[in-house]
Amino acid sequence: MIPSLPRPPLSRYATAAYVAAFFAFLFLPLVVVAVFAFNDANYPAPPWRGFTFDWFVGSGQRRGLFADAPLLASVATSIVVAGWVTVLSVAFGTVNAFLLERTEFRGKSALSLLMLAPLVIPGVILGISILAFASRLAQFADDWWGLELDFLRPGLPLVVAGQFSYIVSIATLTIAARLKRFDITLEDAAFNLGASRAAALWTVTLPYLRPALIGAAAISFLMSFENFNTTLMLVGSDPPLTIMMYGRMREGASPVLNAVSLFLMVASAAIALVLMRRPAR
Amino acid sequence: MADRTAADPAASRKRLALLLLMAPALVWLVGLVVLPHVELAVLSLRARVAPRVYEWSFDQYRTFVDEPLYWRTFVRTAAMSILATACTLAIAFPAAWYIAKIARGRAKTVLFVLCLIPFWVSETVRTLGWMILLRESGVVPRLLVDLAITPVPVELLYRDATILVGLVYTSLLFMVVPLVSALESLDDSLIEAAYDLGGNGWSILRHIVVPHAAPGIAAGAIVVFMLTLGNYLTPTLLGGKNSLWFTEQIYAQFITRFNWEQGAAFGFLLLFLSTAIVWAGLELTGQRFGDVMRRA
Repeated sequence: MIPSLPRPPLSRYATAAYVAAFFAFLFLPLVVVAVFAFNDANYPAPPWRGFTFDWFVGSGQRRGLFADAPLLASVATSIVVAGWVTVLSVAFGTVNAFLLERTEFRGKSALSLLMLAPLVIPGVILGISILAFASRLAQFADDWWGLELDFLRPGLPLVVAGQFSYIVSIATLTIAARLKRFDITLEDAAFNLGASRAAALWTVTLPYLRPALIGAAAISFLMSFENFNTTLMLVGSDPPLTIMMYGRMREGASPVLNAVSLFLMVASAAIALVLMRRPAR
Repeated sequence: MADRTAADPAASRKRLALLLLMAPALVWLVGLVVLPHVELAVLSLRARVAPRVYEWSFDQYRTFVDEPLYWRTFVRTAAMSILATACTLAIAFPAAWYIAKIARGRAKTVLFVLCLIPFWVSETVRTLGWMILLRESGVVPRLLVDLAITPVPVELLYRDATILVGLVYTSLLFMVVPLVSALESLDDSLIEAAYDLGGNGWSILRHIVVPHAAPGIAAGAIVVFMLTLGNYLTPTLLGGKNSLWFTEQIYAQFITRFNWEQGAAFGFLLLFLSTAIVWAGLELTGQRFGDVMRRA
């Protein structure tokens, strides 16, 4: 059980073996994806035929990642969507945090529960409900005012709205948790020293919230970039990366998917390292 | 009197500030959560009688009951999700125990971070890894032939067990994190005391560890169950046409067949199932929804 109790060697070895197997299980798929990005074959499968960079830089018959315009365009789409979702989620999340921590009003506990609801609604259902509602609004605008509101049809604005609808819950939780621990007398001190409300907010409260804001932004970006379920229901003619990869994986795999995956792994590992090196205050 | 006139502008300013702070939350919750679900409910409760003419009816729900394919898929999805949650708990618990109780110092931090890393990568990438490992021309079937376990490569995709492996893999993080934090708060001296009083591994686990870790177990299980039930990517890619996952039915009705009324009804059934099981889980373990979500 625990180290301070006598443990027979057999149980110690069994535990160690289990933990090793557990981590092997965790990393096996990722290692396989990375390795076959460099295999000199047209199909990501054994046997190993030698090392190549074709799936990154190749062109013509073996179109690598950097020559695959649709794939690169989908990466760009994902970045744009994730950028919007991040900005909106952090902005709304900050205001929500102040609402939850600094104000009292009737129905506050109901509202704070409702803010958690999007986290328990399956992503597919968030997607179809927003799709149906937006289409109703578009129909309404068309019937009454003869307006063609394209942004209410499946496409990137709806994808942003769908992802935002639940990611902002997470941003709110993250930022509110930090605001809760804020010592309100610091703001009073700023007022005593003659600061205006805006100045106190800008120079005292927001700097204190900074780690939570950065954390919320990173989580929002990542969750948006990885989102599949909600996006699938709302996507129009320009697919983000996850949808693009899904489509190609159904058609049959090319190692270029491994290449783009490896690229993603390196990018998210870099973000993780940067975030973790930042001292958590 | 003078006091009131002085207080009134202040009070109304306060109201204005409250309204301004509340506006974004209302826009978000009403515009993107409440009204869309009302629309979905309305859709699911109507039937088309002529082009652009609809009337109220339970037809969509009746179709679900009458058509065995639909309700069997529904039951199957629920059962597989419960099974996947149980497997995830069984696999994650020893690992979480090791991280929380046995590993020390730097090793502990490193192992914990190692658990998180695979989940920084998108589910699409992880599923791609499993496809390369398990398909007929993939790594594992090849290995089985090389080891002379099977004479020819066998197709390991498109089986229920494969879907289960994929679902458990995708869910591990959401179980390990709450388990580790629940187990870390358990005082080692309680286990030592139980041991001194003659407890063995099983009885300590049952009477000391599990009751203490119950909130963490409940939080992990609820999140894993919800994510599994609503998953689309893993069942379709690893299970292929045989996967029969309920989210696929929703997608098929909404996007492929453009039968939004039926799709909306299916969506509500899934939402109902998800809510019911989460609620039952909370009741059984005496937890509150808000606390669980904050922990997870």
